[in-house]
Amino acid sequence: MFSWFGKVSFVPYSKVGEFAVHLKDGRLMGSACSSCGYATFPPRADCPQCLGGEFSFREWSGRGTVYTFTAIAAAPTGFEDLGAYTVAVVDLEEGGRLLAWVGETIPPGEVTIGMPVQVVPRLFEERQDIRVHYTVERPGTTWDKAPAHHTEA
Amino acid sequence: MTRVGVIGAGHGRFGRRSDATVQELAFEVYRMAMKDAGISPDRVDASVIAAVPEYHKQRSVAGVVQEYLNLNPKPTWLTEVACASGSAAIRTAWMAIRSGTHKVVAVIGCQKMTELSTAEILALMGRVGEVQWESVFGTTFPGYYAMFAARHMHDFGTTREQLAAVAVKNHRYGAQNPNAMFQKEVTVERVLASDPVASPFCVFDCCSNADGAACLILADEGTVSELGGDAVWLDGVGCASDAMSVLRRPHLVGLPAAGEAARQAYAMAGAGASDVKVAEVHDCFTIAEIMAYEDLGFCAKGEGGPFVESGAAAIGGQVAVNVDGGLKAKGHPIGTTGVSMAYEIVTQLRGRAGTRQVPGADVGLTHNVGGIGQYCFVHLFRRD
Repeated sequence: MFSWFGKVSFVPYSKVGEFAVHLKDGRLMGSACSSCGYATFPPRADCPQCLGGEFSFREWSGRGTVYTFTAIAAAPTGFEDLGAYTVAVVDLEEGGRLLAWVGETIPPGEVTIGMPVQVVPRLFEERQDIRVHYTVERPGTTWDKAPAHHTEA
Repeated sequence: MTRVGVIGAGHGRFGRRSDATVQELAFEVYRMAMKDAGISPDRVDASVIAAVPEYHKQRSVAGVVQEYLNLNPKPTWLTEVACASGSAAIRTAWMAIRSGTHKVVAVIGCQKMTELSTAEILALMGRVGEVQWESVFGTTFPGYYAMFAARHMHDFGTTREQLAAVAVKNHRYGAQNPNAMFQKEVTVERVLASDPVASPFCVFDCCSNADGAACLILADEGTVSELGGDAVWLDGVGCASDAMSVLRRPHLVGLPAAGEAARQAYAMAGAGASDVKVAEVHDCFTIAEIMAYEDLGFCAKGEGGPFVESGAAAIGGQVAVNVDGGLKAKGHPIGTTGVSMAYEIVTQLRGRAGTRQVPGADVGLTHNVGGIGQYCFVHLFRRD
């Protein structure tokens, strides 16, 4: 299912492939090692600390602060149609970082380092196939979540 | 264990080389380096080829180079760690000689990048980062370093003008280097007015893809003394790695692996940052040179901007940095760059750099970075 993740997919298969299903359901998932409890985002199947291979998904709130950002004017293949877009690296409240587009609630030029933000799960609505991603938005931005029974790892 | 010395060096013209194949570019610099060394080809025990494969239609490029250089059946292998491939080739040649496996090794960096179509380049550009979690948002190579620049400016007050000062300095020296791709000076105003690429970078903050080759002949102490004893010694080598994903880095205001590689190289050579008179650092983007000053210990963390602005990195300053034009003006044929850096240091330590000569240059270093700091090599050269 990892092929669902991203505007362009470079990685169709992964042991954390269910991440994309959770994202479609409105949940941002990190991972926790079943042996030593090491928790991280982005999620990973294999524990770098104890070398364990069993993990479970754990929901992250998506709250965080902007660590850095750039407005990209020269886009690579597959992103030319976006116009200028801004990507930000966000320090997440529960630990770890993510990189994502700055969304519509933060107009161009208003993103700053250190600003509090909310990471929001997204579907590409104009696409027929399922494609998911996430955006960096103002704190308090809301979104729909599927019922909890979909979130079992 | 034996010291390892450079006994020959060759460097070709960088830029759009529509006149030659990659193996023809390699031959040009091999010929120069062999004439410089004054040895016959039968003395070469092995070659190490540095090139990044995805830019060449010919797969496994070491094979065509080895054949065209008429070096079969001697051993050859390719080194690839993105933009640091050239330094990886030097390191593996150094290891081969230090171990006693080989006495004389030819290191050849050769890369053609301009034969790809714009579409092919744009597709490659979209996969320079970690592709599972980052490239899916359209990250680019300038975009990554731009995020380092933005955070560096935030934390230390580094200015847009200080970034531009790196480009101005390097183009000034590139204008005096006949092998450079761009041999024109630029002004701060010109840099700041160039087209935006990824904020805060404009076109003139970025180096350019290029074609080009460079060659070094490395030898053990016995061979050096047999040839008369004159060599530029590779006395310190350092190498370290870092997370592919920038999300897994402790910070984005420097390259920890570069600092670690420098520590190793200084310790091995018994030298320190203050001994270095001339340095070639990896200025793929203007911020990268500013972070290099800091990671190499030329100045304290955060002071790289004022350092370049004050002239400390120019000839006559504390340490002359990228006085061949750097990647910025010379062009960046990615597999070749590490060998090209070493060529310039060897030329400087021999006192043969002409108008760009750094007075009293006896210790020099190269700082070569692969990707966005995933692979870092620091090599310290000395002339007795």
